[in-house]
Amino acid sequence: MTSTVGGRSPGLALPKSELLEMYRQMVLIRRFEEAAAEQYALGKIAGFLHLYIGEEAVAVGAIHAMDEGDHLVTHYRDHGYALALGLDAGPCMAELFGKSTGLVGGRGGSMHFAAASKNFWGGYAIVSGHLPIAVGLGLASRYLGERRVAVAIFGDGATNAGPFHEAMNLAALWKLPVLFLCENNLYGMGTAVEYASAVREMAKKACAYEMPAERVDGQDVLAVYEATKAALDHCRSNKGPYFLEALTYRFRGHSMADPEMYRTKEEVEEYRRQRDPIVLFRNRLIQEGITVMAELDDIDRDVDDIVAAAVRFADESPEPDPQTVTDHVYAGSARAS
Amino acid sequence: MAREITYRDALREALREEMYRDERVFLMGEDIGHYGGSYAVTRGFLQEFGPERVRDTPIAELGIVGAGIGAAIGGLRPVVEIMTINFSLLAIDQIVNHAAKLHYMFNGQFSAPVVIRTAAGFGQLGATHSQTFEHWYAHVPGLRVVMPAVPKDAKGFLKSAIRGNDPVIFIEHSLIYRNRGEVPDDEDFLLPLEGAEVRREGTDVTLVSWSRGYYLALGAAEELAREGIECEVIDLRVLRPLDLDTVVRSVQKTNRLVVVEEGWRTLAMGAEIAAAVQEQAFDYLDAPVARVGSLEVPMPYARNLERLVVPNKDRVVEAVRQVLYRRQSVSVS
Repeated sequence: MTSTVGGRSPGLALPKSELLEMYRQMVLIRRFEEAAAEQYALGKIAGFLHLYIGEEAVAVGAIHAMDEGDHLVTHYRDHGYALALGLDAGPCMAELFGKSTGLVGGRGGSMHFAAASKNFWGGYAIVSGHLPIAVGLGLASRYLGERRVAVAIFGDGATNAGPFHEAMNLAALWKLPVLFLCENNLYGMGTAVEYASAVREMAKKACAYEMPAERVDGQDVLAVYEATKAALDHCRSNKGPYFLEALTYRFRGHSMADPEMYRTKEEVEEYRRQRDPIVLFRNRLIQEGITVMAELDDIDRDVDDIVAAAVRFADESPEPDPQTVTDHVYAGSARAS
Repeated sequence: MAREITYRDALREALREEMYRDERVFLMGEDIGHYGGSYAVTRGFLQEFGPERVRDTPIAELGIVGAGIGAAIGGLRPVVEIMTINFSLLAIDQIVNHAAKLHYMFNGQFSAPVVIRTAAGFGQLGATHSQTFEHWYAHVPGLRVVMPAVPKDAKGFLKSAIRGNDPVIFIEHSLIYRNRGEVPDDEDFLLPLEGAEVRREGTDVTLVSWSRGYYLALGAAEELAREGIECEVIDLRVLRPLDLDTVVRSVQKTNRLVVVEEGWRTLAMGAEIAAAVQEQAFDYLDAPVARVGSLEVPMPYARNLERLVVPNKDRVVEAVRQVLYRRQSVSVS
């Protein structure tokens, strides 16, 4: 497994501004999700709300390594990816509120963020269903002679489903530029990996398709960044797909409705204390002399303001116009019925 | 100018013309390349267009439909072939949860213009290879579902489907690939993916069908004409969006309706059409709407049993007599 903790990380050679931006994005995701939980409790957000707290280093590390033109499709715990792509927090929060100013106009909700402007082709909520779509995006990239890699982010639970295996086979068979990035947070909803998967290491599943694979410490943002960078280089140099397994942990329940009967409080506390990706990165940046605590605190305060403004924006935004409810069923001109 | 060609050749022409017209158009499916296509629609295409554009796939319907959706998002114009509509059930999640929904769910930012070609049909193929599910797809907002009966429609619809921006379920039928019909010569001959067509005018009863069922309806109409019963025959052609106006207009004239479908009647197209007609033309109906479909059993293999299950011309004739309250044929000569 790749980890940069305890060793000198090439990622630390990144310009300070980039390192601080990665830190800022992780904090932004954390605060955004905390605010979303609050707003959910207040009844401003409804339906399913899956929080990304604890997994921030994966989104930020991976997306920071991507080129602007790369494609991205993800699973439904998707707020973090949108924020890591640099999308404004306001429209993201407004989407959770079901407002017209939301990222997708209030039509998608928490699980279906998307931004064509960033080649973020959506959060998908049928587990593993988006993986064949990533294969198609990779196929299009190669067909059109582009240098884009299609990045698919999914959980450990997805690796037990048929679409995962069909997608892995197709991508490997056709040597397509697809990065399969598995976030192994140890639980598929409330079922632990050992009750769901014949192998505990998701990366081993890539062997069946002769696809290179690697495990990485998903709580270490620089390790994720470096591993993703290398994996993308592999894909971009026409060597076919790559499989990356990021070991991570979800600090909150599966969704807001989760009483968490399947894991102990001690386990969760242990991760929160020892493996919080933001604390780890913060300490690292200070220890390495890249920054000082006051500078990071300033970032934290800025993020608090951004998130507070995002909540205000969402709250004050109008609901979708009822007249638009039948818009967009079809892209073409013939009438929708 | 027009020529008479087969339904299969109409499809072949549509695919070839669109592939020459637009390099983004490519084909993907099981046995479409080296084998030449299960129903020979793509025979010779691999040699003509090469393996990048005529892509043999593993037997993995969900994967290839999903890849088609992704390729469409990524800027291509994929035509995915699912060998038969029976196998499309493996891909139904991709079709229903993704292809049909992306444009709406993501607020019109992008769509998945993928064409999914597949074939209905039967012929002593047993329970799992003899079904038809067009109404399952026609149920879903966001999809366009076409099921052409004649070569002209097959060509015009397929070309429009490939050029359009919506996902299209394009359903052929294994028993009509050799049917012949006139097709315009124009390489830009396109048909909008909507609208039923009155193919035979009549005054006594309206027969509605599509795909191969249209030929059963037409055969019944010709037989009944010999005894003085004039059937109006409507080829529905497109199952979503459904053109009920044409059906209702006809029922307002004939006051009687028989729907002919190949699958099970329960919760199928005939049920939907009957419901819509009673909503829109209740006062015009002089008899309950009749539906001719399969017996509600899994398809048996044995020839005699299969013949009992699938609808045939005689059962259509019988249904027409029923809505006309005529028990026996009346000799007019």
